[in-house]
Amino acid sequence: MEPMATAAESFVLAIGTKKGLWLATSPDRQEWSFTGPHFLMAEIPSIGIDTREGRTRILVGVRSPHWGPTVAHSDDLGATWSEPEQGAITFPEDTGAALERVWQIYPDAESRPGVVWAGAEPISVWKSTDGGEHFELNRGLWDHPHRSEWGAGYGGAAAHSIVVQPAGETVHVAMSTGGVYRSLDGGTSWEARNKGISAYFMPDPNPEFGQCVHKIAADAAVEGRLYAQNHHGVYRTDDNADSWSSIAEGLPADFGFVMLTHPRRDGTAWVIPLKADGERIPPDGKLAVHRTDDAGNTWKRLNTGLPEHEYNSVLRDAAAVDTADPAGVYFGTRGGAVYASADEGETFREVASHLPDVLCVRAAVVAGA
Amino acid sequence: MPEISLLLPSVLQPLAGGQSVLTAPADGPVTVGSLLDAVASDYAVLGRRLRDETGALRRFVNIYVNGDEVRRLHGLDTEVAPGQEVLVIQSVAGG
Repeated sequence: MEPMATAAESFVLAIGTKKGLWLATSPDRQEWSFTGPHFLMAEIPSIGIDTREGRTRILVGVRSPHWGPTVAHSDDLGATWSEPEQGAITFPEDTGAALERVWQIYPDAESRPGVVWAGAEPISVWKSTDGGEHFELNRGLWDHPHRSEWGAGYGGAAAHSIVVQPAGETVHVAMSTGGVYRSLDGGTSWEARNKGISAYFMPDPNPEFGQCVHKIAADAAVEGRLYAQNHHGVYRTDDNADSWSSIAEGLPADFGFVMLTHPRRDGTAWVIPLKADGERIPPDGKLAVHRTDDAGNTWKRLNTGLPEHEYNSVLRDAAAVDTADPAGVYFGTRGGAVYASADEGETFREVASHLPDVLCVRAAVVAGA
Repeated sequence: MPEISLLLPSVLQPLAGGQSVLTAPADGPVTVGSLLDAVASDYAVLGRRLRDETGALRRFVNIYVNGDEVRRLHGLDTEVAPGQEVLVIQSVAGG
């Protein structure tokens, strides 16, 4: 199958690592031209590629261990970067909080141009209406009565997943630890939605909230269907997160961080299993992506082009899909290797190696070369 | 007029228009905090690199007054005398 990008289109791949950002462009998803490192020695835990409004805007969460976190954006594929003087994300004074890290940057649907969401540490959700230059704190979630009982995962306490229904007012957020929260009114009010997701590490393994959901993603075509990779457990909901059911059968392990869904086709999702909480390596040291095309009823192991031995893990945002046909699948490891597939995971090729730990990967089809 | 000098590490100088030394008038009581307020007023991004939005000095940012790190003195309330140099030095940290 040939990529769907026309002569006037190309592909952009953004790789955020622990020590900077690399950007790559390709006419065919086979050969990539890289620039970088941008923001050398700063970690890049979040990237958003916003292709709306006739431009390609790359937004990045930047965090220097010395100089703190910020959000920058580029409208020229990284040739120049801009950073609002007062910062794109800063906590209001009355919160007494300070931004630690931006974990997620999520451009909204085509129908809502300019709207960009962000998830951050401490656990918070933010919304911009000016293309990601200035964000406003979501007060509904910040003031949620559960807040005092939310905890921190190993990487910190953060809202790391934001899924916005393209039409309507439904927003799902996942946090570690706290689990899934849903808003039906565009983010004004939030309810925990974790029924069926295990929190085996808590005294009550089935609490209302407190789960360590690692990543959620929405089905491309079935409204109300989402998928979750949990801290042990892979789940699906068909009722807008009112209840979740296991879809882990057929996978070599139910632990992992990644959950990707197809840009258009219902029932298709990808995970990258790790052996277990206590052994965060690919099962048997053999890296593989697993894809379902029937909403998790069956899984297909995909490892063509991947190394025979790999003992590095793949973090929750170090994987992405593009919107081409067939869809591209991309991921990076904590060992600094990045793999790309132009055929929905059937075959991979290594497009970068020996980078610092890969924290975030995003890819997009863009206009022009 | 007496002045106070703030010396910046090279990595931060682009955020101050390329300057390695910023000066502030010392015609009244000056603290490290008020000095950083003046810096943030002129160079907002530089100000955010040094302190978070609560006003706290970032963990791995060290500021020295007369050779002493301000956390061992009175923190951001440490007074700075006219003619003294204030140094910004990042911690030796990382991996």
